[in-house]
Amino acid sequence: MKTAKFETEPFTCPSCIKKIEGVVGKLEGVETTQVMFNSNKVKVGFDENIVKAEEIAKTISGLGYPVLSQKVA
Amino acid sequence: MTGKTKAWFAALTGAMLILALGFHFLSLELPRDITLFATAVIAGIPTAIRAFQGLRAKAFSIDLLVTIAVTGALIIGEYVEASVVAFLFIFGAWLEARTLEKTRRSLRDLVDMAPAEAQVIRNGETLTVPVDDIAEGEIIVIHSGGKVPVDGPIVSGRGLLNEAAITGESVPVSKSTGDGVYTGTILDTGFVHVKAEHVGDDTTFAQIIELVEEAQETKTRAQRFLDRFANIYTPSIVVLSILVLVFSRNVEFALTFLVIACPGALVISTPVSMVAGLGNGARHGVLVKGGDALEQMSKVDTLVVDKTGTLTEGKPRLTEIKAANGADANWTLRLSAQLELASEHPLGRTIVEAATEADLELGVQPADVEVIKGGGIRGTVDAHEVVVGTRKVLAIVGTEISDEFESYAVAREQAGNTVVFASINGKLSGILSIADKIRPEAADAIAALRARGIKQVMMLTGDNRHTAELVGRQLGLDAVHAELMPADKVEIVKQLKAEGHKVAMIGDGINDAPAIATADVGMAMGAGTDVSIQTADVILMGNRFDQLVHSFSLAKATVRNMKQNTFIAVGTVVLLLTGVLFQKVFMSTGMLVHEISVLVVIINAVRLVKYRDRKSEAITPGKSLAISAAGDGDPERELERAGA
Repeated sequence: MKTAKFETEPFTCPSCIKKIEGVVGKLEGVETTQVMFNSNKVKVGFDENIVKAEEIAKTISGLGYPVLSQKVA
Repeated sequence: MTGKTKAWFAALTGAMLILALGFHFLSLELPRDITLFATAVIAGIPTAIRAFQGLRAKAFSIDLLVTIAVTGALIIGEYVEASVVAFLFIFGAWLEARTLEKTRRSLRDLVDMAPAEAQVIRNGETLTVPVDDIAEGEIIVIHSGGKVPVDGPIVSGRGLLNEAAITGESVPVSKSTGDGVYTGTILDTGFVHVKAEHVGDDTTFAQIIELVEEAQETKTRAQRFLDRFANIYTPSIVVLSILVLVFSRNVEFALTFLVIACPGALVISTPVSMVAGLGNGARHGVLVKGGDALEQMSKVDTLVVDKTGTLTEGKPRLTEIKAANGADANWTLRLSAQLELASEHPLGRTIVEAATEADLELGVQPADVEVIKGGGIRGTVDAHEVVVGTRKVLAIVGTEISDEFESYAVAREQAGNTVVFASINGKLSGILSIADKIRPEAADAIAALRARGIKQVMMLTGDNRHTAELVGRQLGLDAVHAELMPADKVEIVKQLKAEGHKVAMIGDGINDAPAIATADVGMAMGAGTDVSIQTADVILMGNRFDQLVHSFSLAKATVRNMKQNTFIAVGTVVLLLTGVLFQKVFMSTGMLVHEISVLVVIINAVRLVKYRDRKSEAITPGKSLAISAAGDGDPERELERAGA
């Protein structure tokens, strides 16, 4: 499993958390999703054979939170 | 939607509202209504999109409430209400995002301390590369004024380093070959080559950032409650306003209720305070691992302290040298130190260090060195016969100690020192007192803690009773427990907790880790062992006792701020709902008050970013700061000189 951190535009409402966690968590290959509200980051654990980090970034951007940078470890 | 487009939407719809006001004064009703309608639609669309996205994820968001309200108002022909609410919501969101950034600024500032590029030597050439490309083992070049991009030892050169990013201490530290430097610190003056030992996410700096980020996501009990509350709150508001509509048959009243009941300020009131508080701590070298720890810390009444390395500096130092029988003190120290060059004993190393610090030349290696049983060493230095050791050793080699010097030595021992005698050419020529010094800031810090609500301070140590009690007396501690095993420390902490005290335990060693874990709040010195740092809830990165005062004051200030914010948020909701029930507050005024309350809550939290306990400021060794900047940069030595 790989872990990626996506930094986005600043979050303003805690309800974004549920939205992102709900949608990203349902992507195939994504195992864990944690929205770090205070540091404007989304931490995602995923299987790189099933889903690519770029796809996850696209999904988050599509929800209305443009991904500014991403780091895969 | 990015912050920029949000700003554009807010500016555009704001201008349109003013235009509509103009039409109104000119009594042009049709253009006015068209402009208002357009304003509501333009400002409402982004909100509606987010509400829809949220619905798809089965999340009831505030956007949804506002979308329903605006749509409803448009349908019943309340164009003014619709456009003002839509505008205020989008304008408020933009303003919130901007002020919210300020509460997060401390951490962002820290992150920016790490450089993006570094100069590395490859194949004899100096290249500038992104820090991510540096491999472990490469040699990095850092010029004066440059930021350190890796963790590792200096392999050549020397300089003054500002380590504020790691320790919160802005007095530069002098470092040269062999000393370790850290990512995020700044080379004030000098020129060094550093070998990259840890890079990227493995550096101490990256770990600190990671730790603070994780801490900011942890939730206090109050916050967890609020989150659960918000989850059921929003959908139940929708249901309630439908009920209001059914019973009152008044659409406007139902819509007003919907807008007023938005939980905005309530939901962010405590998290913003916590984030600002934790960020403040991180910038001042106090790492707190979460909001719960802050809350606990604000309630602590009993502080349990380890001695060696926590109350004291943890390394023995020469506290006094008394010359005897006409010998010169420096001469005695130099010869003793030269002899001790051959010694492995910790006290011997202390003597060598003291001589080096006094700039004494230790050129010649001693000859005919012999270790004497009972704690001593003898040898020939510069053609002098030198013996350094305990009383017993001097008796063995036949050097006499007169009554005068014997009683001096006893007095020094009673003052907590280990006494070492130096004999040169068969005559007693000096008495060296060595002690682990109490941290210069400890006494003031403990007094300051008492003034801030700590009722008792207790020392637990594995050291001998005599030294422990002496330290306890000097610092005015309430109780001293000496000669303890790690398990005994745990027992005492447990017992204090059972007596109903809120206990904070601070230590640095492996032997403290179990007690740190047992206490309500576990605290570790940053220079301590990894185990104690991992177990602790709070880490004092600067390894200074006065940071403890800041951390307790900060915890109290943060909790106070959280309470103020909760009060403001709840108060606003109660006030607005009462206003609605008595039909004094309508949709747009409600929205305005609502947005203002959110901003007030955020701005209140921003105060914490700059929070500094003024009284604790006074006890930081301020005097030494000025001297140190001009001196040779060894802060500990400067501290002594400044008499702190």
